[in-house]
Amino acid sequence: MTAEPRPSLAACPACAAAPAAEELAAPERAAAAGGAEIVLSLPEIHCAACITGVEKILRATPGVRSARVNLTLKRATVTAGPEVEASALAERLTRAGFRAHELDAGMISAAGSDRAGRDLLMRLGVAGFAMMNVMLLSVAVWSGATDATRDLFHWISAAIALPTVAFSAQPFFRNALAALSARRLNMDVPISLAILLAAGMSLYETSQHGEHAYFDAALSLTFFLLAGRYLDQRTRSVARSAAQELAALEVPRALRIEADGSERLTPVAELNFGDLVRVPPGARVPVDGVIEDGESELDRSALTGESLPVFAGAGAAVSAGEVNLTGPLAVRVTAAGRETKLGRLADLVAMAETARNRYTSLADRAAAIYAPAVHLLALAAFAGWFWASGDARLSLNIAVATLIITCPCALGLAVPAVTTAASGRLYRRGVLIKSATALERLAEVDTVVFDKTGTLTEGRPEPVNLGDFSRRELEIALALAEGSAHPLARALAQAIRAARIRPAHVSGLKERPGHGVEGVWAGQRVRLGRAAWVGAGEANGTATWLAIGSETPRAFRFVDGLREGAPEAVAGLRAQGLRVLLISGDSRAAVEATAQRAGIREWHAEAMPEDKIALLAALAGEGRRVLMVGDGLNDTGALAAAHVSISPASALDAARTVSDMVLTARSLAVLPEIAATARAARRRVLENFAIAALYNMISIPLALAGLASPLAAALAMSGSSIMVTVNALRVR
Amino acid sequence: MEVLVYLIPASLFLGGLGLAAFIWTLKNRQYDDPEGDAWRILSDEYDDAPPEG
Repeated sequence: MTAEPRPSLAACPACAAAPAAEELAAPERAAAAGGAEIVLSLPEIHCAACITGVEKILRATPGVRSARVNLTLKRATVTAGPEVEASALAERLTRAGFRAHELDAGMISAAGSDRAGRDLLMRLGVAGFAMMNVMLLSVAVWSGATDATRDLFHWISAAIALPTVAFSAQPFFRNALAALSARRLNMDVPISLAILLAAGMSLYETSQHGEHAYFDAALSLTFFLLAGRYLDQRTRSVARSAAQELAALEVPRALRIEADGSERLTPVAELNFGDLVRVPPGARVPVDGVIEDGESELDRSALTGESLPVFAGAGAAVSAGEVNLTGPLAVRVTAAGRETKLGRLADLVAMAETARNRYTSLADRAAAIYAPAVHLLALAAFAGWFWASGDARLSLNIAVATLIITCPCALGLAVPAVTTAASGRLYRRGVLIKSATALERLAEVDTVVFDKTGTLTEGRPEPVNLGDFSRRELEIALALAEGSAHPLARALAQAIRAARIRPAHVSGLKERPGHGVEGVWAGQRVRLGRAAWVGAGEANGTATWLAIGSETPRAFRFVDGLREGAPEAVAGLRAQGLRVLLISGDSRAAVEATAQRAGIREWHAEAMPEDKIALLAALAGEGRRVLMVGDGLNDTGALAAAHVSISPASALDAARTVSDMVLTARSLAVLPEIAATARAARRRVLENFAIAALYNMISIPLALAGLASPLAAALAMSGSSIMVTVNALRVR
Repeated sequence: MEVLVYLIPASLFLGGLGLAAFIWTLKNRQYDDPEGDAWRILSDEYDDAPPEG
């Protein structure tokens, strides 16, 4: 987009005085006028005071031209001059008590799904208006208008109905055409046919001064089905925008060290083989490479599931996706982007995903039975009546009445109404549904496979043997631990602080990246860090060692804390008769301990990503339908291969992308409820199909006998649609 | 029945007025943030009003 000044804007002082409305209506134009659009995520706002509070703070910031909070999406859109930094705005808000994150505006393609939603709503509104007017005119005809009056009413109805059908029913026509050109039948084919035939035949009947016209039926068909379509679109766009938001939180950039030694923030896509990048402590390694300079520890849990950090010094190989824990590193790039180990994991995903694409949704299965049956029935009605009476016009009338009265309405609403109600319920519980068929697939699940690190566990260590240490030792350990950002040190410091112990006075605190922290206490050297560095033997499991002067070093042992609600989730799922498994890339001891605490009997340790996929394939081979719950990059293949998958919001981008659902709640305890809701939703969908079938069983014989008047059609259609919707609401 | 000559156009006109109003609200993005708008009405501060003075 070019930054051309718009003369029309400059020429109109009123526009400049009230830019807010202008920019709301056209964000693109605002960008063109030199302003930048910043999108902030505000996950915690919930009330009127929050809205005004956030907007006041944003508007008071110099350079901000307009700010508007959207409470439904929990987002703020800011238009500001180029001098305003998004991160500065987010920080300002966070300091004022409104937690805010910067979002990558490029990732949020809200404009696209917004437009589709507004487009459907417009068609729905037009169809509703036309339906009401034609319905009014039809009431006059049903109550006995005759001759010229009836013809007049029919002509007016036609004048309203035909343009409306041409405009409002376009989405159905388009889908039906697409399906037909691919030589398939979907729900939109009988829908389009019913609408077109109803309108066409009514027009012919009107021109022949006929008694029956189905303009109202054509319109109510369009209206009810559009309502179903709109519900569907809305549910999915809310989930999609929330998922996009999670993705937009991670901006893939790297610090490249230039030839002159300066560092520049560069998009990962622009890095080349042989470039040197700086990875600060706490950051994710953006590329595959070899460490050129620096020492640190790396957390590989996302890639391999190992919960124990590994030491890395010059010459060691690193992979994209690992987290650098303690010291800054300079890394020589050997592979970036798609060629990295991480990128190759994506290929595994693509292979596993093809299996899932074979799933046919309930709606499609219903359509596969329904569409041919309806067409054959209408054809048979036409042939039968033509053979019996020889009157083509009468036969066609009856065939069309059959097509209209078979109520694709109720079928069209059966699935979206339930999905909307169920996903609304799950959204309030902190579950986002990304895939349209995820709920149906979840309802069929009989086996649950958990990943360990980051899913069942927090991926956060907790010290277990503080009681073995004296108060003096704990005071020294606290002073040392607070000098480091290493996760073990932080966990240790937090736990000791929680025991109301204050740090000892340790001077000359110094962190040795990759080894530990050292200092001087009462004239003796004290160290907290890796076993080899403090001069101790290896211990089993995760540990950090404390050495005071020449005393024998002693170990603080850690276990990975279970995620909140994990044992409850496992117990709840087992109570529903599901088989629960644990599979992890971590060591046998760590996996066994976690399995025991969570109450899982079957577990597999030291599994490579390929092993996870193989296990899922084996389970599928036994005819089991598997729910995979995982968060790491090593799980992505398994997540894609499973029948349905869930990942926590803390999971890496790649894992969330392939999952069908994202759990934004911190606790896992909602999992059994999700499964129960999915099964309830499936039951409602089947009930809805049954209701629709029941209506058809009553109305089809009437239609075939030639007794279906437009009034009967209107009653059947509205009646079944309302029944289906009300039944769906029971899922809430 | 001559009265229909007035009544039908009148009813269509009024219905059309409703439709036009709906399309106007749609174009005005009044359905983007239903939850926020429900709360905004409680706010003491003017927003979206012409600047005072």
